[in-house]
Amino acid sequence: MSRIAARFAQLKTQDRGALIPFIEAWDPDAATSMALLRGLPGAGADLIEIGCAFTDPMADGPTIQAAGKRALAAGATLGRTLAMVREFRREDAATPIILMGYLNPILSYGSERFCVDAASAGVDGLIVVDLPSEEADLLLPHAASVDIDIIRLVAPTTDAARLPKVLDGSSGFVYYVSITGITGTRSASADELAAAIPRVRAATNLPVAIGFGVRSPEQAAQAVQVADAAVVASVLIETLAASLDADGRAGPDTVRKVLDQVRALADGVRGARLRDHAA
Amino acid sequence: MNKPLTIHGANSLRSGPDERGRFGDYGGRFVAETLMPLILQVEAAYKAAKADPTFQTELDDYLKNYVGRPSPLWFAERLTRKLGGPKIYLKRDELNHTGSHKINNCMGQILLARRMGKTRIIAETGAGQHGVATATVCALFDLPCTVYMGATDVERQKPNVFRMKLLGAEIKSVVSGAGTLKDAMNEAMRDWVANVSDTYYLIGTVAGPHPYPAMVRDFQSVIGVEARAQMLEAEGRLPDVAVAAIGGGSNAMGLFHPLLDDVDIRLIGVEAAGRGLDTLEHAASLSRGRPGVLHGNNTYLLQDEEGQIQEAHSISAGLDYPGIGPEHSWLHDIGRVEYVAITDDEALAAFQLLTRTEGIIPALEPAHALAHVAKIAPSMSADQIVLMNLCGRGDKDIFSVAEHLGVKL
Repeated sequence: MSRIAARFAQLKTQDRGALIPFIEAWDPDAATSMALLRGLPGAGADLIEIGCAFTDPMADGPTIQAAGKRALAAGATLGRTLAMVREFRREDAATPIILMGYLNPILSYGSERFCVDAASAGVDGLIVVDLPSEEADLLLPHAASVDIDIIRLVAPTTDAARLPKVLDGSSGFVYYVSITGITGTRSASADELAAAIPRVRAATNLPVAIGFGVRSPEQAAQAVQVADAAVVASVLIETLAASLDADGRAGPDTVRKVLDQVRALADGVRGARLRDHAA
Repeated sequence: MNKPLTIHGANSLRSGPDERGRFGDYGGRFVAETLMPLILQVEAAYKAAKADPTFQTELDDYLKNYVGRPSPLWFAERLTRKLGGPKIYLKRDELNHTGSHKINNCMGQILLARRMGKTRIIAETGAGQHGVATATVCALFDLPCTVYMGATDVERQKPNVFRMKLLGAEIKSVVSGAGTLKDAMNEAMRDWVANVSDTYYLIGTVAGPHPYPAMVRDFQSVIGVEARAQMLEAEGRLPDVAVAAIGGGSNAMGLFHPLLDDVDIRLIGVEAAGRGLDTLEHAASLSRGRPGVLHGNNTYLLQDEEGQIQEAHSISAGLDYPGIGPEHSWLHDIGRVEYVAITDDEALAAFQLLTRTEGIIPALEPAHALAHVAKIAPSMSADQIVLMNLCGRGDKDIFSVAEHLGVKL
């Protein structure tokens, strides 16, 4: 069983949803980013999403755009991101790691070589924002041959007729993009999620994660009441950005502040279904 | 004289793209899932419009009576004498309403947007010519219009910024990246993904996800169709060489596509070499780039060894783009079109040359094409013919040209 499947199976026995925090690799520098990654499982991350910087992140709002810019300025590359994962795996063999990024750096690295190297570094899944199912054959066979999950995005615009096509060949979990928009801009209402998630569930047996617009412990709790996981990104990056000094360097409390916020989100997620059962 | 050799049927070079929107390996639909259903909608709507004769009739009527087509084919006699080689003909697309070829495409797409029931238009612009053309058709059809323009371009294309505002468009200055066309396109895509139900994205060049490269090419092909007929009428034969400038590549595709199967015609696309191909400041995606994925399509891109996109540079805001339309990438690989590059300084010289010899102030974009014509003309003979697309007029550029020439206005 893959790490992702094992983690969701384990959470199911505990009857709780997963928190998936996001960090951008090498934001604002290699050491801070590595310290964050190391600290995430202890702070309550069930799975971890690592963003891979790209000069032209078309699906991202200003917060993650800025994170990518800082990361690139610090020297982020795909190879160095894989090295971070390799380092992390020395201490943690269980927490699934998903890389999220855009296609061109992967093509430049070489799709096949990238999948092989990612698998050996300990990466479990890939989310490639600008690779819709229509173009997925560029990456899918290479990922499948090394048992890396290709995690698909499903959007509010993905209609019932299209949904099976989008889910075809997806594995790991399904990432529901809860709003039509870019990251970090607005949030879906509980009603919108309650209407959308059953539609996705009806089309797949894979766990469903909700991302884009999950910012508070309350929203994370709402997300795991209807879905299996909540992805939290922009709000963590905002906290990181706010802790940097005028030159964009990490402060003494950067790591602590981000991890404290992850803890609060994890409390929200862990409390969600208990409250649900009590009610 | 010999009848020109023309390919017909199965071997035609004009049959692309395939069902996946590919020209050879290039093109495709590399967009986020949120946009994918919209792209498919545009594709279906365009397919239906293309098959509907009333659509073409309506478009033709606007092109004739509003845009002012057909644009003339001008024999540039003084320029010909000055360069001392082949007869040089200029396809005068700078005489279109709004002053460039961009309106050909905007007119087609705005009619499509109306058919689709869209009520808001967004566009990206570099030099501002596409922005002006979009703002113009939006004024004509009373549709709200938002134009994304890089902050650097807002600065160097002030006349067009003011023009767009006069036409009622909202201009959003984009500060990310180098603040040029690439960044404007990113921001337009971000707008579209947030406004999926009412908004139509009117892309200005033969790039982006399928069906845009094919659709924009089709709307621009009126240039080549007219020029081909006009050449035959003027000279009784087709030109030996056809030349056009390339940023994203829409005016060049428009000229070249109807001529692709006339295999005796040498087709030359002129990229911007900026401060020189061996500097890092140019916009020559084909000469110095390699294939990759940006803005929805697989095509030649200026990128570093990590696949990060590099900033382009050109004196011409319209050529300042690190990618190129996917059909050009294919035509480059199969060798049907030659791609060369012209520096800022060469373009500036050509800008002044045309102004003085023909009384035509060209935009800096076609000044690149002209600079190449000036380069090859001396090695050609008097019985040969060169056809060049004069795709835009230079009014918008006089302030930046003055600055480059050290003149204070």
